[in-house]
Formats: sequence, C-alpha cells, structure tokens
Amino acid sequence: MRIGVFVCNCGTNIAGTVDTKRVASEALSFADVVYATNYMYTCSEPGQQEIQRAIGEHGLQGVVVAACSPRMHEPTFRRAVEKAGLNRYMFEMANIREHVSWIGNDREANTQKAIDLVRMAVAKLRFNNPLFSSKMPVNKRLLVIGGGVAGIQAALDCADGGMDVVMVERKQYIGGKMAKLDKTFPTIDCSSCILGPKMVDVSQKENITLYAASEIESISGYIGNFTVQIRKKATYVNWEACTGCGLCTEKCPSKKAADYFNEGLGAARAINIPFPQAIPKKAAIDAQFCRQLNGKKCGVCAKVCPVQAVDFEMKDSIVTEQVGAIIVATGYDLFDHSAYGEYGAGRYPDVISGIQYERILSASGPYGGHIRRPSDGKEPKDIVFISCVGSRDASVGRPYCSGICCMYIAKQAILTRDHLPESNSYVFYMDIRSPGKNYDEFVRRAQEEYGVQYIRGRVGKIYPRGDRMVVQGADTLLGVQVEVEADLVVLATGVESSAGAGELAEKLRISYDQYGFYMESHPKLRPVETNTAGVYLAGACQGPKDIPSSVAQGSAAASKVQSLFAHDTIETNPQVALVNERTCISCGKCIQVCPFGAIQWKELRGGIKKAEVLPTVCQGCGVCNATCPPKAIQLQHATDNQILAEVNELCA
Amino acid sequence: MERTNTLSIQQSRDNDFIREVEEASGQTVSKCYQCGNCMASCVYTFAYDYPVTQIMRLTQLGQRDTVLGSSSIWLCANCQACTTRCPQNIDVAQVMETLRVMSRKANTVSQRDIRVFYDEFLRSVKTFGRVFETGLLPVYNLRTKRPFTDFDLAPRLMWKGKLSFLPARIKKRKKIAQIFEVIKRDRFSKDGKARPEPLSSQTDI
Amino acid sequence: MKRVAYYKGCSLEGLAVEYDRSTRIVCEAFGIELVEIPDWNCCGSTPAHSYDPLLSAALAGRNLAIAADNGCDMVMTPCPGCLKSLKGAQETCEDPQQRKAFVDLVGKDVDGLKTVSLLQLLYEEVGAEALQKAVQRPLTGHVLIPYYGCLLTRPAQKARFDDPENPISMDRLIEATGATAPDFPYKTECCGATYGVTRNDFVGRLGGRILDMAARLGGEAIVVACPLCQQNLDMRQKQINKYYKSAFNLPVPYISQIIGLALGIDPKVLGLNKLCVSPRVLLEDRTQPDQEAQRVGAAVKPGPNQPGGIAGGESIQPS
Repeated sequence: MRIGVFVCNCGTNIAGTVDTKRVASEALSFADVVYATNYMYTCSEPGQQEIQRAIGEHGLQGVVVAACSPRMHEPTFRRAVEKAGLNRYMFEMANIREHVSWIGNDREANTQKAIDLVRMAVAKLRFNNPLFSSKMPVNKRLLVIGGGVAGIQAALDCADGGMDVVMVERKQYIGGKMAKLDKTFPTIDCSSCILGPKMVDVSQKENITLYAASEIESISGYIGNFTVQIRKKATYVNWEACTGCGLCTEKCPSKKAADYFNEGLGAARAINIPFPQAIPKKAAIDAQFCRQLNGKKCGVCAKVCPVQAVDFEMKDSIVTEQVGAIIVATGYDLFDHSAYGEYGAGRYPDVISGIQYERILSASGPYGGHIRRPSDGKEPKDIVFISCVGSRDASVGRPYCSGICCMYIAKQAILTRDHLPESNSYVFYMDIRSPGKNYDEFVRRAQEEYGVQYIRGRVGKIYPRGDRMVVQGADTLLGVQVEVEADLVVLATGVESSAGAGELAEKLRISYDQYGFYMESHPKLRPVETNTAGVYLAGACQGPKDIPSSVAQGSAAASKVQSLFAHDTIETNPQVALVNERTCISCGKCIQVCPFGAIQWKELRGGIKKAEVLPTVCQGCGVCNATCPPKAIQLQHATDNQILAEVNELCA
Repeated sequence: MERTNTLSIQQSRDNDFIREVEEASGQTVSKCYQCGNCMASCVYTFAYDYPVTQIMRLTQLGQRDTVLGSSSIWLCANCQACTTRCPQNIDVAQVMETLRVMSRKANTVSQRDIRVFYDEFLRSVKTFGRVFETGLLPVYNLRTKRPFTDFDLAPRLMWKGKLSFLPARIKKRKKIAQIFEVIKRDRFSKDGKARPEPLSSQTDI
Repeated sequence: MKRVAYYKGCSLEGLAVEYDRSTRIVCEAFGIELVEIPDWNCCGSTPAHSYDPLLSAALAGRNLAIAADNGCDMVMTPCPGCLKSLKGAQETCEDPQQRKAFVDLVGKDVDGLKTVSLLQLLYEEVGAEALQKAVQRPLTGHVLIPYYGCLLTRPAQKARFDDPENPISMDRLIEATGATAPDFPYKTECCGATYGVTRNDFVGRLGGRILDMAARLGGEAIVVACPLCQQNLDMRQKQINKYYKSAFNLPVPYISQIIGLALGIDPKVLGLNKLCVSPRVLLEDRTQPDQEAQRVGAAVKPGPNQPGGIAGGESIQPS
C-alpha cells in the first residue's frame, strides 16, 4: 500500500507543543509510507486540496491525517479522499490535539507521543479495506418527546411541513411549565393567551398524534428507522369517550388530592382536569387519592359520567410507533428549596417558590389571581424575593446559573405592584443577569417605574417573628447587614434537569452532563443535534433556557428534521459486524451478548445454523467481536487484525 | 483601623499574603464571589470594622495590613454561621481563624483586652494544666485596668458554691508546659518568616 | 454496659458543676459507664487555636491519647467547645502534613477514636424512645425551648451530627420527657458567650435576642447542652436584662438536668439549685388537667417574660 501522512499544525494549537515537522519526517520511515508533510490548517480548503494533490501525484492508496479529534473532521477528510478517488474508509485519523498538544506542555514528550499515534494509525491503515454503505428508506414520521413549549413548537413546525408527528407527554396535559405561568417577561403578555392557541393546534392537527399521560418505554433502531414503544399510563378514564364536561370532578368526594398543577397550594379532587384550558381536556384519576381504587366504596364518578368513560379496571398499555427521527424536549424541573435549612426548608408556609407565586398570580390559580399568603389568606404588604436559590450555589450541588430567575423575579415584582399598589417588594440578588433583547430595560423598569427595592446581597436566614417572617440579609454595596420584615417570601428556585432525564437518555443512547442536562453534539456548531444520529434536542432539557430560546430551539430542531426528511433514503454505516460462516462454530454467544438484538440464526442448506448480523440494526459496538471464541465475527473497520496492528506498534 | 477610600491595586496588593492565607487555611480565597451571605449570617457584623464579606474581599486584594489590623478578626467568635451557609463551600471561619493566628504572629492584634484575656487564659493552662476561672478574672481586670468587670456576679456565684479559690492542678504539668515551649519555638520557623513577636513578659505566654 | 471516656473540661469543674453532676447521673441511669480521663488537661479552647492551631491540637490530643490508653474507643464531652478542639486534634493527626508534628508533641497518634457530645451520646446511644419509656415524672404541660448553640452541629462536615440549620435531637429528647419543644428559630444562633468577660455588651445584645425569642414562643425555660451558653444566659441574665431593658426570668437548665428530672431524680442531686435563675417553675406537676387549665389562664396575664417595652431591641441600623 502507498500511504501518505499529513500532520496538522492547527495554527499553534498543535505546533505550539508538538514538533509537527519532526512527526512528518519520522512518519516517512514507517512501512508503506511514501509521502509525509506538515501543514498549517489541514482542514482548510487548501489543506484538503493538498491531500488530494498528493493522492494523485504520489499514487496514494491510503491517507493518515494527524490532527484533532475525529468527531468534527473525520467526515471532512473522508469526503476529501473520496473526491480524489479513494474509498472513504482508506483513511485514518490520529488525534494529536485533544490527546496530545492540549494536555501537556513537554514538547519532547508530546512529539514522541504524536509519532507513536501516527505510527499506530499507519499500522492500522495497512489492514484497512474499502467498505461500502447501502441505502435505506427514511420513515418520514417524527417523534417529539415532551409537550412543553419547545416540543409544541417543533411538532407544529414539522406538522406544517406535512410530516406526521407523534407527541408523547408524561403529564396528562401539554403546555409544560409555560402553562403554569401567569405572564411572561419582558412583555408581560399573558402566558396562556400565547400558548393556548398552539396547544389547541396540537390537538386539532390531523397529522399530530398526541399521547398524553404516556412515557417512552423503549427505543430501538437507528436514524430513519426507529421503533418506539410508548407506555400509556392508566388514567382510569376512557379518553375516547370522555368529553371533558367536568361532572365527575364536581361530584368526586375525595377533595384533598394533591394539586400538582397549583404546586400544592390548593387541593384537587381525585378525578380532575388540571386546568380549564387543558389539552387534552380529559379527566384522569389520581390513584393515590381515589376511594374506589383504594378499596373503599365509592364509584361516584362512574355513576355520574354521562358517557360511561370511567374504567376502574384500566391498566397501563403499550403502543408501538415507527418513526424516522426523534426530538427530545423534556424540559426541566425546579430546585426543591427544602435543601435550604436556613430558609426554613419548606417548613414555613409563607416562604414559597417562584412557581408557586406564579400560580398565586394566575387568574386560574388557587386564589383566583388575588395575592394572598398561604398561611392565613391575608394580603401581604411586604414581599421579599430571593434570587439564586438552587442556582450558583456549589453547596447544594448547583453551581450553574439558571438564567431565567433574575427575569422572572423582576416580572413577579412588577405584577405584585400591579395587583397590590400599596405593597412593597424587595429583591435580594447577587448579580442581575439580563442579556436578552429588552431584558435589562425590563429590570430597570422594575426599579425605576415600579419602585421595587433591589438589595445586592444574599440572605442568610429567614425566621418567623409573630405572624411575619424576618429576612436577615446583606447589602454588600453598603457593607451592612440588613433585615426586612416580610409577610411573604418568594424564593427564586433555580432550574434543574427533569426527573428521569438520565433514564430516558440511556434509552435514547444520548449523553448528558453531570447535572442531567442532555449534551448537544457541539456547543456552538451543532446545538440541537446529539451524538446519536436522528435524535435532536429542543428546550431546557439541554440546559436552562427561557421561552424565546426554547421556542427557537424547537424550530431549529424541526428544521434539522425537515432537512433529514427531505431525503428519501439515507446511507447505512458499513462499520458493522460481519460473520465469517466458515469459521463460525454456531455457539450462539454473539446472539446472547448483542445489546441491540442485531444477530440472529441463519439456516444454511442441510440445516446448519450460523450467526447472521442484521446490518441495519447493528450499532457497531464490538461486544460480539470480543466474545466470539473463534473470532469468526469481526467488526468492520475495527477488526482484531487492525487493533492488534496498533497495539503491536505501541509495544514494539 | 481607619478606612481608606482610595486604593492603588498594584502598589498595595501583597500576593504573598494571599498565598499565606490560602496555605494556612486550606481555603481558596478566590472562590469567594462576594454574595454577602457570611455578612448576613454573622451575628457580630454590628461590631466589626469590616464585615466578613469585606475581610474576604480585602484578602482577595492582598491587603495584609488592613486585614491583620482589623477589629473584625478578633471580634469573630468562630460560631461557624458563615462556614455553614457559604454557597461556595468556603470555610470562612477557618479563614478568620488563620487571620487571627497571622495577626498574633505579626503582632498586629487590634483588640488588646481580648488578647490579654487569651494570654492569661493560656498562661493559666500552661501553669496548672487547666483553666483557673476564679484566678483568671482578677488578673485580666488588673491588666486591662477595668477592675470591676463581672464583680456583680461574684456574690451569687459564691453563694451557689461555684467559685473555687484554689486552682485545680494536673499531675503532668511539665508535659503541658513542654508542649507550649515546643510550639513557641517552632511557630515562626514553620513558615520561614522569622518575624519574632516582641518577647516582653507582658504579652508573651 | 457501654464504656465511654469522659472528658469533662474545665467549665464542668467550676461554673458548670451541675452539668457534670447531672451528666454522670443520667448516663449511669441508662447504663453508660463514664470513665473520666485520668489527669486530663484543658483543651486550650479559643485562645489556643488563635495562638497556633497545633497548640490546640496537641493540648486536646493529649487527652485523646490518654483515653485510648485506657482502652476506650469513644470519647464524650458535654462541652461543644471542647468537642471542637478534640475533633480538631483528630483532624490534625489525620493530616499527612501535620501528623508527625502532632505525634511528636502528643506521643502517639489518636486514630480510630469516635468523639461525641453528650447530646449525641444520649440521642444515638440511648434515644428518645428509650427515654420515653424510662420517664417516671413526665414534664407534660411544660414548654421548654431547645437551644443548641452555635458549635454543637456546625460546621456540618466536622460535627457529623444532626442538622446544621435545624437540629432536632434535643427537640426529640425534650418531647420524650412529655414537655413541648416549640420550633425555635434561634436554635443555632451564637449567644456571644466567648465575649462574656471582654465585651459584655455583645452578650446583652445576642443573649437578649435569644431570651426574647424564647419568651415570645411562650417558653418557660431554655434547655441547653453547652456550659458556655448556660453561663451566658443564666448567670448573666441580669446583665442582659440591664442592657436589653427587659425583665426576663427564664431558667436555663441543661438537657441532662431535664432528662434527670423526667427520670424522677431529686432536683437537688441534679444540681438544679445551682442555677442562678430559679428553675422552680419546672417542678410544677402539670399532668393533672385542672392545673393545665390554671396555667393556660395564667398565661393570658402579661408575665415578666412577655415581650413589649423592649426599646429598639433588634433593629439593625447602618451606622
């Protein structure tokens, strides 16, 4: 084989601590290497042309590029060598940036390591074979997981483009956190007025199938051809029949069920529709509080239901859907402030979270939109807001900024003044983070027009004195301790990843960070893609986000899906396992270990059984290869011979 | 300490000071983001010349003299409220403790009476192995020229039988005295900064 | 019988003799054998660690070493200040950089010892349930304020006991005696005891707010587990009243005395007569309903502990 080696300087990223010239000249001594050079930016257009020129000029049959991580530029170089007439798999990359130059300063050691990595890549390349992909049809149906504003936006965009969309929502209603908000910053427009029509669209579009009160059970397949199992949780109400008339709720005798929608501020009935504008507007029974389901005599709802929709025998059911792409928009949860012992740890009824206050402000909330405090229903006069509760706080494991609290506090303080002109609002803050369009002006208005008293400092302790709360904090600008007596304290609880985010990520085979937020493929250039092809992200599941950003991401993910669905077929990845039937001993171990069910028995003439790989299902993990006793099953492009060649070079 | 309202950063920043504080306290001073929670939680803020948050800030800026001469570090009771509530997990009380030790070594203790009390306390421990409460107070009162401190308590305590007139002495007093001597001998050599404390009999233990 | 080394500390020899006495009696009642560390010395307290942390570690460490020599694996001290020094000694001994200096000074390492406060010992080794079963003389009808002080549970990483912001161990023990323990917001606020001698006004201010809050909650007594808190709030209560322009008359018994009382032990034996503010109110038997009614009636009348008339007690003005 005639091999060419191209060592990238990457400006000074690599050349700063690696002698790239020496790496290239050393490479010339490796077996089969006939050409080697170093280049300033190999990924640039002239850099790629240099590779193509060398292929022609030196009759190269294989190419090694020593540069960055293959994650970004392996596709670039594969395309480049392909244009020059080579098979794209006759190419290898040695990572001498992330694995060498960025992690060490010792130039000599770095250079030596880079030489070793290049030698290994060359050794492997000598065993490479041309591989060819085949084409698979794309199923142009989209699955959207999560029915918050990001998921709704993505679903509507794709449905508008004529695609079939399946939406799965864990709760019994769509709308997510936004459905609970009263108004939105910085325009103070009514949240349900702008979200409501979109929610209705989801329910009315013929090409959107909505599974509410449902969760993802399992996902298999790959880009263009996913199979999804969806668990429809038992709601004990036949939604095909339910008209949402609300008679059952009215008559339900279990009046102390948890009111999740109102964040525990009110009480719900065991059978209910969470809020008047709920989509789907269907009743569901909370089994924990239902008398009938807890062995008591009741069944009132079943008796009053005019369409006999109540079904106490209902069980969870599983439905299967086939889709070609998945948008994950599972949103976020709010930090539980009971971690803050100094703020009463949830023991004081008049120390509430921001989302609870949002429900208090809402006309459809527990107090009909009148600001009252939970303990005694009195109208508060002094209201203290505390920012960064569960944000920027390493002591509770949340060192990141939640990004939305500064704004929602300003909004709530403004609304408070609107509702109760005689009241005083105080905001304890560390910094004000308001970088969005018209955001900082909004925070200034809270202070200048609405007279909200901003105090720069954290609060150390909250405790009751009489029927009020004492808020003991600091004004660091003045360098003094301050005390505010408050009737109501609102904690700006921060954003955390959605409960169960990790489990769903494992089903989707996408990565997530230490806080449970899903990882995008590239923080700048691939913001809505994941590392699993065909799976995209939208909204706060990827990190704390406000409504405009979530909506923008929903549309961005939708456009990614539309460009995928613009093709009728996609190329399969040929880097899959392959069985050599002559050496296969039919032990079946590979079938047992394959995590994807990609290997099955194949009956030859004479009834002999051999293992067979389904190339469209195989994910190329290599477990079968490692398990196979006679090494009859080999993962293409990472065969035993190829890996051993690398190891031999390293140990030589 | 008198406050200054102007500061030339380059001329006044003592980087060694920052390093010494971090090494002795085991805390990273630059972690402090000035949220003010320590100041908010400290029940002694009313008495400090610089609230804790500002002590942390002055330390970040390497203001050795201001910090070691402040009243705050000697009025801190080490009650741990700051440490308990620091969102950045800084052991602020430990930083304050380190500053006290440094201020003793540099002989810049701003609160003479507190130092006298501590000295007499340690002298009592060194002599008897335990603290002789009844003996400690008169010496302190004499040395701080406040002869009547706590005299109002004496009759009742006497009546309750809580005042002893003889110190409790332990047997191995020599061992205790030896610990004191070794510490005194080594405590400057450890950090290599031989800036010995003036050894007047008045201020040394 | 559980064998525990007992480090009583200097206070319990002088101004807190009743703490020592009641500690011994209560531990004995629950089958805990206290082995007083022979020839123990002062831990050096705050003056030692502000002089040199190693001095504090060595002084406290010597006591731990003697405890280990006496075959004990657990050391209990009723004084949270002493406990802090003992834990500091352990930490110094475990620190690879200081271990040698420590061992040189103390003579041996002090690895593997568990150091606890009296409260932790009673809560974890005896427990509220066992106490409840052992009660002979229930304190039903009494309202006792649990005050832990600043050091008992803080900092959490070092104390490793109960909650740093809202500890509940003493609450549970008080409740086990039949008494009521209100949710006291100043459970862990510093009382200023360190400055009893040197800054009496601090005591007035900080002690005053604690007494004030206790009174607001209808407390009849403040139960403590620290000799310094006790002296500060009890012995200096008159000084506090003078500074705070108040007329508090709240007894400040130790938790061990309260438990002893509930066990039916003679108040004198527990040293309740040693308290400066008379704890007579605690001796009233309120288990009879008619007396309960009397008490409720009496509480309506403004007593000396009712707040009011406190001029500018708490507000903080920027100066």
